[in-house]
Amino acid sequence: MTLPTDPALHARRKAKERRFKTMSYAAILVAGVFLVFFFADILRQGLPALKQAEILVPIHFTQDILEYPESSLPPEYVPLVSRGVVRLFPNELHATPKLLGSTQERWVLATADVDQFLKGKPNRLKAKERRTAERLQSEGRLRLAWNIGFFTNGDSKLPEMAGVFAAAVGSVYVLLVTLAFSFPIGVMAAVYLEEFAPDNRLMQIIEVNINNLAAIPSILFGLLGLAIFIQFFGIPRSSSMVGGLTLGLMTLPVIIIATRAAIRAIPSAIREGAMALGATRWQVVWDHILPLALPGILTGTIIGLARAIGETAPLILVGMVAFIPQPAASFLEATSVLPAQIYTWASDSQRAFVERTAAGIVVLLVILLSMNALAIFLRTKYERKW
Amino acid sequence: MRGFCKVLLAAALFVASTGLAQARDQVKIVGSSTVFPFSSFVAEELGATGKFKTPVVESTGSGGGHKLFGAGMGENTPDIANSSRRMKRSEFERAEQNGVTDISEALIGFDGIVIAQNKDDAPLKLTLEQLALATIAEVPKDGKLVPNPYTSWDQISPDLPKRPIVIYGPPTSSGTRDAFEELVIEKVAHKLGSYEKGYKKVRQDSAYVPAGENDNLIVQKLAKDKNAVGIFGYSFLEENQDTIQAATIDGVTPSLDTIAQGTYPISRSLYFYVKNAHYDKIPGLKEYVELFMSERMIGDKGALKRIGLVPLPADVREKARQKVLNRVKLTKDELQ
Repeated sequence: MTLPTDPALHARRKAKERRFKTMSYAAILVAGVFLVFFFADILRQGLPALKQAEILVPIHFTQDILEYPESSLPPEYVPLVSRGVVRLFPNELHATPKLLGSTQERWVLATADVDQFLKGKPNRLKAKERRTAERLQSEGRLRLAWNIGFFTNGDSKLPEMAGVFAAAVGSVYVLLVTLAFSFPIGVMAAVYLEEFAPDNRLMQIIEVNINNLAAIPSILFGLLGLAIFIQFFGIPRSSSMVGGLTLGLMTLPVIIIATRAAIRAIPSAIREGAMALGATRWQVVWDHILPLALPGILTGTIIGLARAIGETAPLILVGMVAFIPQPAASFLEATSVLPAQIYTWASDSQRAFVERTAAGIVVLLVILLSMNALAIFLRTKYERKW
Repeated sequence: MRGFCKVLLAAALFVASTGLAQARDQVKIVGSSTVFPFSSFVAEELGATGKFKTPVVESTGSGGGHKLFGAGMGENTPDIANSSRRMKRSEFERAEQNGVTDISEALIGFDGIVIAQNKDDAPLKLTLEQLALATIAEVPKDGKLVPNPYTSWDQISPDLPKRPIVIYGPPTSSGTRDAFEELVIEKVAHKLGSYEKGYKKVRQDSAYVPAGENDNLIVQKLAKDKNAVGIFGYSFLEENQDTIQAATIDGVTPSLDTIAQGTYPISRSLYFYVKNAHYDKIPGLKEYVELFMSERMIGDKGALKRIGLVPLPADVREKARQKVLNRVKLTKDELQ
């Protein structure tokens, strides 16, 4: 048989293919440009937060500072030094009484306005304060130093003191609770549905509903969490326990769906082979199905958790969008989480919070990227081809 | 299967145990997002300098705060509700029914609501009436109410600029919106007559754009759109003097002074409410209230002024302080 060779038709088909290819290429280019633009913008805004203004001040410890902590500094320095530093002087004097009467030179945090001034951003320094700042800078008493506080401090209303530590600890707690709640239940539910469930109308309804749940707007899980965990079980509001369980509800369908897909990908020859040797259903599942499905299950779980860690909407309802500067010590203590922290900063009126908001987003993105990288690693390392 | 049952039982016990009441050693505060920055500032100061844990401050909005606050007594309920308006009589009655009978009220300061635009625009000089006519849902015409026809400022009054009316303002869920409706629309509607009593509807056509709870977004819009006018809290104006400017209302520019003296017409009082019975149970509650009401927080040189709280006049401040520190019980007759 010879193929019809009409050169005009051939050219048209080729042209069509080229057009299609170009369009696909343009699509990926557009997506890429958006992504690059977003990352570049966030980094441009967030990176300055890695540096923070510090000022070298002489601190004079006298009896007066117990009542007026500001009196420990020369008057011209007072408006430039962070309140977060000055307010701790009385405590320090109480703790080490032998400081009384001494003068110490120390690098301390400057106010957010000084910081923004040094970075050339809009600030509210008065003309006189700006002149003092310029003079101190030329004398080498004012510098931009690495902002370690951003990673070791909790939230603060003083932008120069604010950090992500407490929120990050809260996110870890919440994630642990979410994992402990949704992983066992999700995997067991999926195993039942795939390996044991009879194929009847009830099971079909359950299946459809699970798929539906995975697509429900997350705020509804917040309402559910509020009703069940806070009002019915009485778990304390704002705690990582209640936040974790709420996000657990949200993650559950994702894990069930991922696990079912992983189990379904295992060839039935494995099951039949094991059964032919006399293994029970339980042995088949425990010794063969689960180990083989594990990479797929873990990938799905990690992606579900990555979605949970970036979630804010349901957590507003269970009270986690709040000012909580100290890291929680237990699962029942009030805590904030990273996305909630970003949300709070984004709505603050003080301009110095803009760069911190962006830096918080960068931290969250880094965590998300590493979680997804872990998922890809697990998949490529342990996945088996049949 | 036995092992599985054990796991289930353990899980159930665990959940049950978390429900058991444990003594709370941390003050819990809910309420207005306008009061939230001031409240958290005081909370932080208390936690950083004293021996008490930092109080938890949640931003739920005034209405949401009163709902949680009035839900009952005890450690599972908040100790303090922040509010950007006075407590409503209905909220007080609900709280009373739920056993919250002994409440004291703290007046902490003022907040101005500003009308702002891009810094490069020609100055906008409005009267309260013109502002209301630009934002109200219906206007009187030939003795009847008709949907607001104004699409350009010069239609309201020839001395206003020829600029389309585009207003970015707070959405209905916001306390700022409540205050704006009451202080601008209701007041002017009452004065103009021909409206029913208590009329305070904001127009819903494209001239008024509800811009979400985040006032920073409105500021960003104003920085880009020179036609637009925004409505938001005073502290955002102070922080963004480099990109935006305020319109004068009845010839008065909003500033700390004009808001405090009451000459700037769109200002409101900020409050918090305390459960007096919780003073004995929650460590740090007394100290938090004392610190909040102290001169170094709400005074003329207080720390909260820097982040936008407008201080009360000295005599009013002293009276408000005495009222809350002496735990004077709030009565229903004081509220509307």
